[in-house]
Amino acid sequence: MAKKHASRLQRKEAIEGYLCIAPWLMGFVCLTVGPVIFSFIMSLTKWDMINPPSFVGASNYATIFADDDRFRQSLKITAIYAGCAVPLGMVCSLALAMLLNLKVKAMSGFRSIFYIPAILPGAAVAMVWTMVLRPQPSGIFNAILGSLARVLHLQFIPVPWLTSPDWVLKSFIIMSLWGVGGGMIIYLAGLQSVPTQLYEAAEIDGAGSWGKFRNVTLPMISPTLFFNLVMGLIGSFQVFTSSFIMTQGGPANASLFYVLYLYQKAFKYLQMGYACALAWILFAVILALTLFVMSTSRRWVYYEAELRR
Amino acid sequence: MSSVVTATPRPGAARKKAWSTVAYAVLIAGSAVSLIPFLWMLGTSFKDPANVFADPPQVWPNPWLWSNYAKAFEKMPFALYTLNTCRITAISMFGQLLSCSLVAFGFARMRFPGRNVLFLVLLSTMMLPAQVTMIPVFKIWATLHFYDTIVPLTAPSFFGSAFFIFLLRQYYMTVPHEMDEAARIDGASTWQVFYKVLLPQVKPALATLAIFSFMNNWNDFLGPLIYLSTPAKRTLALGLWAFQGQYSTDWNYLMAASAVVMLPLLLLFFIGQKYFIQGVVISGIKG
Repeated sequence: MAKKHASRLQRKEAIEGYLCIAPWLMGFVCLTVGPVIFSFIMSLTKWDMINPPSFVGASNYATIFADDDRFRQSLKITAIYAGCAVPLGMVCSLALAMLLNLKVKAMSGFRSIFYIPAILPGAAVAMVWTMVLRPQPSGIFNAILGSLARVLHLQFIPVPWLTSPDWVLKSFIIMSLWGVGGGMIIYLAGLQSVPTQLYEAAEIDGAGSWGKFRNVTLPMISPTLFFNLVMGLIGSFQVFTSSFIMTQGGPANASLFYVLYLYQKAFKYLQMGYACALAWILFAVILALTLFVMSTSRRWVYYEAELRR
Repeated sequence: MSSVVTATPRPGAARKKAWSTVAYAVLIAGSAVSLIPFLWMLGTSFKDPANVFADPPQVWPNPWLWSNYAKAFEKMPFALYTLNTCRITAISMFGQLLSCSLVAFGFARMRFPGRNVLFLVLLSTMMLPAQVTMIPVFKIWATLHFYDTIVPLTAPSFFGSAFFIFLLRQYYMTVPHEMDEAARIDGASTWQVFYKVLLPQVKPALATLAIFSFMNNWNDFLGPLIYLSTPAKRTLALGLWAFQGQYSTDWNYLMAASAVVMLPLLLLFFIGQKYFIQGVVISGIKG
């Protein structure tokens, strides 16, 4: 009798539980699982969204890998961007966090100044940077560098930031450093949660500043480093707004980021099937990178909880 | 304090002082670099068009033209775009708060078969790039005749989002179980436990969610770009881009417009700073 009662209660709880998560479950089926399957099928077709799709097998993928120069270009520059912007961003944000963690005065003021750029609308940020990075000597970056060069008696040729294929990607990497505040906040919290006894113990063992950083700080914040590395990689493969507004992928496709190319294929040239194939390749690349980073994490990420177990 | 240090110099005190000087120098230099784009935007927004590209650059706007902002408002229908953006942002925020708080409650407190597997599935959807589902989802909304409406930009929020659900669940987990058990003994139903007991306990997390949801919707560019075609329906971010296309030479007006689009986020940051930082911390540390 009591058992029967209990199971009825359990059933009631289960039903109510499913009701609670029903909104997400519906969205998951209709806006994720369905579209994912649909997207894969469409990647095997030629489809302009106006006429019915025609099945072409793997030919989209074949074309992409065999003779699509813009695909190769976009993957290449996106990979270079990720390979530079992510490590640089991590080093800068960690350095800033460590400086702020030295119990400096006006810490929250500095924190705000570094964090605010990370939360601003990408469209407005792109406008501002287009202005800042003007190639003329009157552009503010060039003007500052020019006067620095004058003080140091160096010759200075104005940098064609966004107008030269050699510089445009570097400009985007520099610009990405303006947003390091987001990572900085995470590191700062990580640093503040490192127990001070660990540093004291290291000092007693005769560790210097570098020793404490290498053997206490780094292992203790390695889960945070890991999190930021994965999120940074995923994010940098999805750059869109800045390149769409500032350069439209130019000059000479030197800033044709992968998602910009995908967007152009889909909504400019209406090659929806082809764009779906591009999206799947992006997914594969991101997944492979994430799994690779995860597979190395055993060697360098230290989880305190694991030891306690 | 410093006189004590000089009177009895402890070992390492001098080195510590040197370090902190270096720290301040780097922080101040970094802040300067970080502020230059802002200041340049503000400066340009008050300049006379003739001085925008002056060489050498004009640091202090002279004449100082407040009227640039009025002119920018004339050229770009700010009020309309602001209204459009506010509508999308408010509806999405409401949808996120409603759906995420309930779904997270389900994952944190209810026991049902498959819960842990479903939660893992939810977490793994965060890895799926939005570009994979972008085209099919676009097709769905177009087929339902919702192209060029705000529905594709607002309706998805009522189905929750993986990141916010995860964030709220972490919060629910910190509320002691005794609280809802006591309420249940007093005869409260599941919905009363959710609404009257747990929801008030996770208010700070709801504030964090509201702020991040506001930021995402206010800043969204790709969504409005794909779904909205009528100029009168544009959001601020999209309007700014269209404005650039039309008045690409009027950088003083463009910078004024950019400053106005950024302003609500600056205000939001200073009002809700605590919740911003909390949200980043929860996602980063416990993630």
